[in-house]
Amino acid sequence: MTTLNCERPLLAAEGLSKMYGRIIGCRDVSFELYEGEVLAVVGESGSGKSTLLQLLSAQLEPSAGRVVYTMRDGVARDLAKLGEAEQRFLFRTDWGYVHQDPTLGLRMAVSAGANVGERLMAVGWRHYGRIRGAATEWLDRVEIDRDRIDDVPRTYSGGMRQRLQIARNLVTRPRLVFMDEPTGGLDVSVQARLLDLLRGLVFDLGLAVVIVTHDLAVARLLSHRIIVMKGGEVIETGLTDQVLDDPREAYTQLLVSSVLPA
Amino acid sequence: MFAILEVIEARKSFTMHLQGGVCLPAVAGVNFLVHAGECVALIGPSGSGKSSILKMIFGSYRCDEGSIVLRHADTTTDIAASEPRRILALRRDTIAYVSQFLRAVPRVSALDVVAEPLVASGFDRETARARAGIMLQRLNIPERLWPIPPATFSGGEQQRVNIARGFLPVMPLLLLDEPTASLDAGNCDVVVALIAEKKRQGVAVVAIVHDADVRDAIADRVVDVAAFAAAA
Repeated sequence: MTTLNCERPLLAAEGLSKMYGRIIGCRDVSFELYEGEVLAVVGESGSGKSTLLQLLSAQLEPSAGRVVYTMRDGVARDLAKLGEAEQRFLFRTDWGYVHQDPTLGLRMAVSAGANVGERLMAVGWRHYGRIRGAATEWLDRVEIDRDRIDDVPRTYSGGMRQRLQIARNLVTRPRLVFMDEPTGGLDVSVQARLLDLLRGLVFDLGLAVVIVTHDLAVARLLSHRIIVMKGGEVIETGLTDQVLDDPREAYTQLLVSSVLPA
Repeated sequence: MFAILEVIEARKSFTMHLQGGVCLPAVAGVNFLVHAGECVALIGPSGSGKSSILKMIFGSYRCDEGSIVLRHADTTTDIAASEPRRILALRRDTIAYVSQFLRAVPRVSALDVVAEPLVASGFDRETARARAGIMLQRLNIPERLWPIPPATFSGGEQQRVNIARGFLPVMPLLLLDEPTASLDAGNCDVVVALIAEKKRQGVAVVAIVHDADVRDAIADRVVDVAAFAAAA
C-alpha cells in the first residue's frame, strides 16, 4: 500500500544549483519527496531535467545547495557527506536508476538472469538456486518469458530490454527509483505496456519515484506531483491534475496546449 | 448536523497567457454550506462555472481567493491553502469524486478500476475486488465485462464504471459531475438510490445534474451558480 503520511521526507533538495561554467544547468531547486510519492519533472530538452536527476542521485556535485536523504535507520544525511561504502549501499540496494537507454543500465553481454541476479549478489546473496528463483520471479513480474532467462539482452527487443532494466532495479526492493525518460524511444504500443507495468509496480511496492519526462501523458499516468522546469529553474509545481488541468505559467500552458489529442 | 463543507468567498479566474494574457473570470464570491447527510445541487447554464467549483473543492483547480473548509474527524482543512500531500491524503480518505468522463487507464480491468480506491485506502485486493463486483452488479455491468479494460466500453458503461469507482469507498464528501448524463432510465434510478443511501450514511453530496427529475429526487437544496458568475 502507498503510504504518504510519513513525517520525514525521504529525499529533500535544498537550493540545488549546478553551473557549467557560465551556463546554468539548474538553479535554486528545492522540493521534498516522501515515501511512496511519485514526482514527475517535466520540461523541454535543455530545461535542466537531467542535470537535476543527476544531482539528486549523487552522480553530479552541486555548485550550491544540497540533497538530504533519509537512510533506512531513519537518519537524514547530506549526500555529499556520505562515505564511499554508504554511497555504494544506496546505489546497490536502496536506489534504482532506470536509464532511457537500457544498454546503459544493463550488462549486454551477460544473461538476463545474471543481470537481475547481479544486484542480489552485490547485497550478499550467495545461494545460486535462490538467486535464480528470484530472477525468474522478476522476469514474470515484468512479463518476460522465463524461457528467455539465459539469453543475453542483445537478443531482446527494445521494450523487453527496458522491462529487464526495471526488473534489475527493483529486485533489491529499493525505496527510491530515479527514471530518466523510461518510455522514450519506444514504439507507442510498447510504451503503453511499459507504463501500465510501471504504474502497477510503483503502486504495489509503494516506491518513491523521481521521473524525468517530456511526455505529459506519462506524468499524468504515473505521478502524484509535477515540477515544471524551464531554463534550469522550477517555474511551476503542484498536484499533477492541478498543473495539467489548471496550468498557471505561460510555458506550462504552452506545454499542455501543445499535446495533440489522439 | 454540522457542515462538512463550507465554501467561503471563493474566486477563480483563468489567465490565458497564449491569448495575450486575457483574464477569464470563472466564478467569484462563491459561498455555500453542505451538511452531513445532505445533497446540494449546483444549477446554472453551461459555462457558468459549476464544474470549476467542483474541481476547486477536489483540489484540481487552484483557488485565487477565499477558502474551502472541510471538517472531518475533528480536523479542519482549508483545501484552498493545502499542500499537495494533504490534498492527496484527503482524496484517499475524505473526498470521493465522480468526474464527467472516466479517464480510462489502458490494460487495467474494469473490476480493478473500481477496486483501486479501496486498495489505496488500505483494503486487501481480494476484499476490494469482491466489493467492486457487487457495486458493478448493482449498476448492471455484466460480469463478462469485469476483466476487460473499460476503454472499449460504451459511454454509458464507462460512466457506470466511473460511478461504481466513486461510490464504492465510504467518504464523508461525495462530488458528482453529471453522473447520470449518459444513463438510461433504469440506471438513473439505481444512481438515485445509491445517492439516497449515501445520504442516510451521513455523506455530504455536491452534485451537478441537468436532468430536473433526477435533481428533484436527490437534492435537498439548490445553489444557483449564475449568482457567482455575475459577481466574477
